[in-house]
Amino acid sequence: MLRRFRLEEPESIGQASELLARHGESARIYAGGTELLLVMKEGLAHYERLVNVKKIPNLDQIKQGNGAIFLGALTTHRELAASPILRQHLPAFAEMEGNVANVRVREVGTIGGNLCFGEPHADPGTLLLALGAKVTAAKAAGRREIALEKFFTGAYENCLEEDELLTEIRVPLLPAHSAAAYLKFGYLERPSVGVALFLALDGAKKTVADARAAVGCVGPTARRIEAVESMLRGKSLEEAARLLGEAGSAAGRAADAISDLHGSKEYKEHIVGVLLKRAFERAAQQCR
Amino acid sequence: MASLMSKPRDAQTIPVSFIVNGKSYELELEPHELLLDVIRDRLGLTGVKRSCDVEVCGACTLLLDGRPVSSCTLPAFEARGKEVQTIEGLAQNGKLHPLQQSFIEHGGFQCGFCTSGMILTAKAMLKEIPNPSEEQIKHFMHGNICRCTGYKKIVESILAAAKTMRAPSAAARKS
Repeated sequence: MLRRFRLEEPESIGQASELLARHGESARIYAGGTELLLVMKEGLAHYERLVNVKKIPNLDQIKQGNGAIFLGALTTHRELAASPILRQHLPAFAEMEGNVANVRVREVGTIGGNLCFGEPHADPGTLLLALGAKVTAAKAAGRREIALEKFFTGAYENCLEEDELLTEIRVPLLPAHSAAAYLKFGYLERPSVGVALFLALDGAKKTVADARAAVGCVGPTARRIEAVESMLRGKSLEEAARLLGEAGSAAGRAADAISDLHGSKEYKEHIVGVLLKRAFERAAQQCR
Repeated sequence: MASLMSKPRDAQTIPVSFIVNGKSYELELEPHELLLDVIRDRLGLTGVKRSCDVEVCGACTLLLDGRPVSSCTLPAFEARGKEVQTIEGLAQNGKLHPLQQSFIEHGGFQCGFCTSGMILTAKAMLKEIPNPSEEQIKHFMHGNICRCTGYKKIVESILAAAKTMRAPSAAARKS
């Protein structure tokens, strides 16, 4: 059962920001509600006011420009999965979005809400980390850009100030000879392990010029795994493939896995290694 | 549920105009009233079911402007200006929708609790993908859970309905 709350419906970022400043902890931003309303129905959280941000115009656009793709925070998972721009330029992202939760959650849930809620068992944040994404936080007084690594500060926590809204996500376009892959595993409703890898090859397509790896779901937040990135950078594809066993173990250790209903720490670390190897094979094949 | 609780005098209400199965409604709703409860308790359309209550099982599926949503976790004010379709609105002039007919003919249900959600989700899918593969059906229907059939008969029912709906005679009937 959902307890009574008041609904505010601001029509600009400034109005929304002022409402958040005025009501502080007793108010929460409401977008798709697919996560927030669940915890409110369970009675795990109660807010006197929900600030519906869906009447603020232009926050649901997917645009391309300046070497990047800009995702409006209110874009739904279904819109992202179906977006021709994303399917062409970031196919791994569109594919991941097409497999978030189920068709009803994808219809209503938004990318901004997904990142802000900070549910550890989620897909988009992990891949966006590997893609080098940044988010824009806006309030009445101005805006700032935050690297996603800095945005996630803990399970269900982020670095936004009380009166800030996440308005946009900037994902750089993939450079030449590069690709990204996201793989997940789980047997419960939510994913148990998610691994993302971005791989860029040099002009001759023989050497790993750049790599970004991220692991999600296993610990409090999705995180970059720099130990894996430095292990792969500058290596020939053959050498990198040989190092994957070692890289997988390093990724498992660095992922900050915890034991819970989804499996033990050791089990999750093992799966991280397996998925990293497969993500490398998939990304390397697509770079060529 | 909401109607059973005492309502404070200063309770906020929102005017909500929407269409359900082709019929217009204008209601004054509180923000926390869920679409599932409004459709079942206020409009008396009980084909939609509350089951898992956490957007996982699909028994509470309704179509909002033709797209499937979990009505158990959607505030009813989100239906403002939109069209809701429930299982009760599928049959036309006493004739079952091809999906309903197909579920009967192919044994697509046993206890029937998940069926209205299954059929509405399948309807949304066939609008988007008129000629789905078995894989596409499994992907789209992934969030609708059935504890009786083992899904095989459901997939068969949908494949057969898709074929019926693609047939030239079906197209002629529609126009």
